[in-house]
Amino acid sequence: MADIKLMKGNEALAEAAIRAGCDAYFGYPITPQSEVIEYLMMERPEDRTGMIVLQAESEIAAIHMVYGAAGAGKKAMTSSSSPGISLKEEGISYLAGSELPAVIVNVVRGGPGLGTIQPSQADYFQSTKGGGHGDYRLYVLAPASVQEMVDFVDIAFEVAFKYRNPVMILADGIIGQMMEKVVFPEQKPRLTDEEIEEKYGDWVTNGKRNNKERNIITSLDLDPYKQEAHNHKLQEKYRLMQEDELMYEMIDCEDADYILVAYGSSARISQKAMQLAREKGYKVGIFRLITLFPFPSKELNELAGKVKGFLAVEMSAGQMIEDLKLAIEGKAKAEHYGRYGGVVHSPEEVLEALENQIIKG
Amino acid sequence: MTEELIIAGFGGQGVLSMGKILAYSAIMQDQEVSWMPSYGPEMRGGTANVTVIISDERISSPILTKYDTAIILNQQSMDKFESSVKPGGTLLYDPNGILVHPKRKDINIYRITGSKISTQMGNKKVFNMVILGAYMKAKPIVQLENVIKGLKKSLPERYHKLIPLNESAITKGMENIEIVQEI
Repeated sequence: MADIKLMKGNEALAEAAIRAGCDAYFGYPITPQSEVIEYLMMERPEDRTGMIVLQAESEIAAIHMVYGAAGAGKKAMTSSSSPGISLKEEGISYLAGSELPAVIVNVVRGGPGLGTIQPSQADYFQSTKGGGHGDYRLYVLAPASVQEMVDFVDIAFEVAFKYRNPVMILADGIIGQMMEKVVFPEQKPRLTDEEIEEKYGDWVTNGKRNNKERNIITSLDLDPYKQEAHNHKLQEKYRLMQEDELMYEMIDCEDADYILVAYGSSARISQKAMQLAREKGYKVGIFRLITLFPFPSKELNELAGKVKGFLAVEMSAGQMIEDLKLAIEGKAKAEHYGRYGGVVHSPEEVLEALENQIIKG
Repeated sequence: MTEELIIAGFGGQGVLSMGKILAYSAIMQDQEVSWMPSYGPEMRGGTANVTVIISDERISSPILTKYDTAIILNQQSMDKFESSVKPGGTLLYDPNGILVHPKRKDINIYRITGSKISTQMGNKKVFNMVILGAYMKAKPIVQLENVIKGLKKSLPERYHKLIPLNESAITKGMENIEIVQEI
């Protein structure tokens, strides 16, 4: 039997970072994700793999430490919760502009402002449509279980380095705080300085050699034509992500008349709602978004031709619903349901919304 | 088989750790589990509750409004969760500090004087294990041997010497559960 552990999502994510061969974690505590840095401080990965863990003086400092480490070709990670991510947005925009790989984790809580410490999914816009300034995208992964908090860390680093682009893991208070069974992958070794030079020598700033040109990492180019060309390059990366890195899961959609579209913990709650709906005789399926950017527009559009309606279930006032509506081009009815501000909807409430807004509506 | 359970009481009663031990025991039996605490600004003396789901299948929502079983350890939780037990479900409570006893007629109700028993045992910290024992008698879902295995796995080695004490508390709970009503 594999070594099964019972762990909180936040702790599992922290352990997964060590196993993924992460070089450095910089963070600043905030509920509901403080267990990430707590676990790392307790576990002392410096003794295990040499990974550095540092509590920065602020979220802003932490994201810029990530920027520095990423510039040296290191696997760097930070995590926070909503208000802390807002503070990091300047740095995230700079990471994207400078084409640096990094993993940023947001265990979302209710907002706006300081909001509440309870779960929310109201940072969808912030994660998928900028957040910081400029035309950039993050690759955004939405785990729906503690196991995915583990599995997505390695995927996040792989994608970040493949595209030289920051990646976000967008969880929420439920996924961060709950405990589930989890199995960890084998320890990946951290890259040596020689391996970094060999793999990323064309861009990392790890010290100038006599036999090569200086690498420069910057997001500044005062010549607008050069900046436009740089933006074209970024857009091409986002197009490739759309083509090659899209992930989603369809549950019982084959015979479905109605589809619940959801991600993260709302997808879990929707699964229960689906069971209740099927007991009542409604043919309901779930389209679970795993990547929020890229968004499965084509796949949802195809599905729209076959079903009677969609209900976007998200713990927000209605954010992902906008992408859903754009995707399905009016081919089927689509409505939003969700509690927000830190309140979590129940499976029964989702079922009731489905009945009132879509089935009878 | 799916057991949807809420354990609710005061912070400091061992509500969360009881849920954790239960979850670990179910893992030892090769079942799926989820453990979701209320994580508000609660502290010792405030209310605390945890939803534990044990299932042979993949678990959907970790957050629920209706439960197969409610283990209720203070009046506030009784007020809040008595109505959340599914018809035909089970309510287990400790009468200590309970002024308004459960009134439902459509559920099984059991009582365990966990505070009294743990005080008599001379160690109030095993309170939650007495309650766990009573639960295991009322709903035989996790086996004692798997609870012990779970304790061994979840506790650091230096606490393993306390396992026999916990085991006897569980046994006390099993022996002293009282039936209020069975439907």
